[in-house]
Amino acid sequence: MSQVGVSVRGLSLSFGSAEVLRDLDLDIAPGEFVALLGRSGSGKTTLLRVLAGLEEPSRGTMHVPQPRAVVFQEPRLLPWKVVWENVALGLRGPDVRQRAFAALCEVQLERRAQAWPLTLSGGEAQRAGLARALVREPKVLLLDEPFASVDALTRLRMHDLVVELWRLHEPSILLVTHDVDEALLLADRAVVLEDGRIAAQIHVAARRPRDPTAAAFVMQRRELLALLGVQTGSAQRSTSEKVAVSLEIS
Amino acid sequence: MLVWQLGSMMGWIPSTKLAPPSAVLGAFWTLTVSGDLLRHLTVSLTRVSIGLFIGVAIGVQFALIVGLSRIGDDVVDPMMQMLRTLPYLGLTPLLILWFGIGESPKIALVAFASAFPVYMTLLGGIRSVDPKLIEAARVFGLGRWETIRHVILPGSLAPALVGLRYSLGAAWLSLVVGEQINADRGIGYLIMDARDFLRTDIIIVGLLIYAILGLATDAIVRGVERYALAWRPSMLRPSR
Repeated sequence: MSQVGVSVRGLSLSFGSAEVLRDLDLDIAPGEFVALLGRSGSGKTTLLRVLAGLEEPSRGTMHVPQPRAVVFQEPRLLPWKVVWENVALGLRGPDVRQRAFAALCEVQLERRAQAWPLTLSGGEAQRAGLARALVREPKVLLLDEPFASVDALTRLRMHDLVVELWRLHEPSILLVTHDVDEALLLADRAVVLEDGRIAAQIHVAARRPRDPTAAAFVMQRRELLALLGVQTGSAQRSTSEKVAVSLEIS
Repeated sequence: MLVWQLGSMMGWIPSTKLAPPSAVLGAFWTLTVSGDLLRHLTVSLTRVSIGLFIGVAIGVQFALIVGLSRIGDDVVDPMMQMLRTLPYLGLTPLLILWFGIGESPKIALVAFASAFPVYMTLLGGIRSVDPKLIEAARVFGLGRWETIRHVILPGSLAPALVGLRYSLGAAWLSLVVGEQINADRGIGYLIMDARDFLRTDIIIVGLLIYAILGLATDAIVRGVERYALAWRPSMLRPSR
């Protein structure tokens, strides 16, 4: 048996009487890039938090390879530590400083290594968060809407950066997002969460970098939006189209 | 100042009520040259330093116990809140009975007074640290003590330093009271002694010294703030 990815079976989680995750199964292969979509309240952030070890599931089994790392929606940098110290937070072993600086180089933030976090722009802060996750050489990287609060141009650059770093380090990635385009641009597979379980998934086969104007992209985009309950102008699809986008409904 | 000096010279303000600035300056000079001022100042400073050290140490210790443990919160905090509402200056007779009339009751009064402000603000600071940062620390593998050291304590430093400034104020106030009871040294004694001889000039010198000491110690804490809280946006230079 070679490498094992993320494996979740029969996962349930309740907050009081509210069941947020219901009997959920999910596999992420080693090095696979999965985007997790869903309407607000569908439980996608909760699922990420369970995988991050921040919530105890009520039922079910899961295997998450270690080390795992998280990039949060807000950067969550400690404002009283300069950037490189934030990256080095909790690192053990020798050469902590060098490793932190190397990670900052990878996200092109080395010249801000000595800056206070509150002086960073939104994009810089998120790159610092990314460096803080990558410096741990994670087998599983959990991204919780990390690009939601940065401007559109910065987001495009961050997308390229994430794909580049993913190719370099080959972690399994779970990206929680509400942005259909982001999911289709980045991920191997887009998973739709509804009422606490996986409702559908779409495999994205196109080579990266992907062209959002390509016919297949537009089709999958429409597909995904429909799964999320958004009716686009031309929502009428033929059965053959459905097959073409290799839609799987579990 | 000019009106004050003029009023005194014209005899409108009797020097037994308020000495003119020139007399205050003169008294200040005489006391400095004779070494009396330095002697009393040293005694007062020593009392405040020791008292403040003990008081702040107790305040910080209890704030940590209460802020970081459930049991502390349930057991220690109600006790502290009860003690806090005591008008501490009213404790003076009791402290004299307990500690006699030497240095101890004065130091105890200063310690008692200065423990609470720093306790209250540090505790408030600990409780208001962003739980999201604590969660992030957990994700990145920090243990409980590392989280306290790298997240909770730095995160509550700003309010704690404000509390320290309040503590300093309370310390000087309680010293004034403490030194006017059964003291034979210290700035407070200097003032009480001067009262017996109607020397308003010396009384004003003593009050000015208190004021200057209060300001100076406050400035020291503010200096510490500038260094330790350099990360805060208000402390950062706009050009950066």
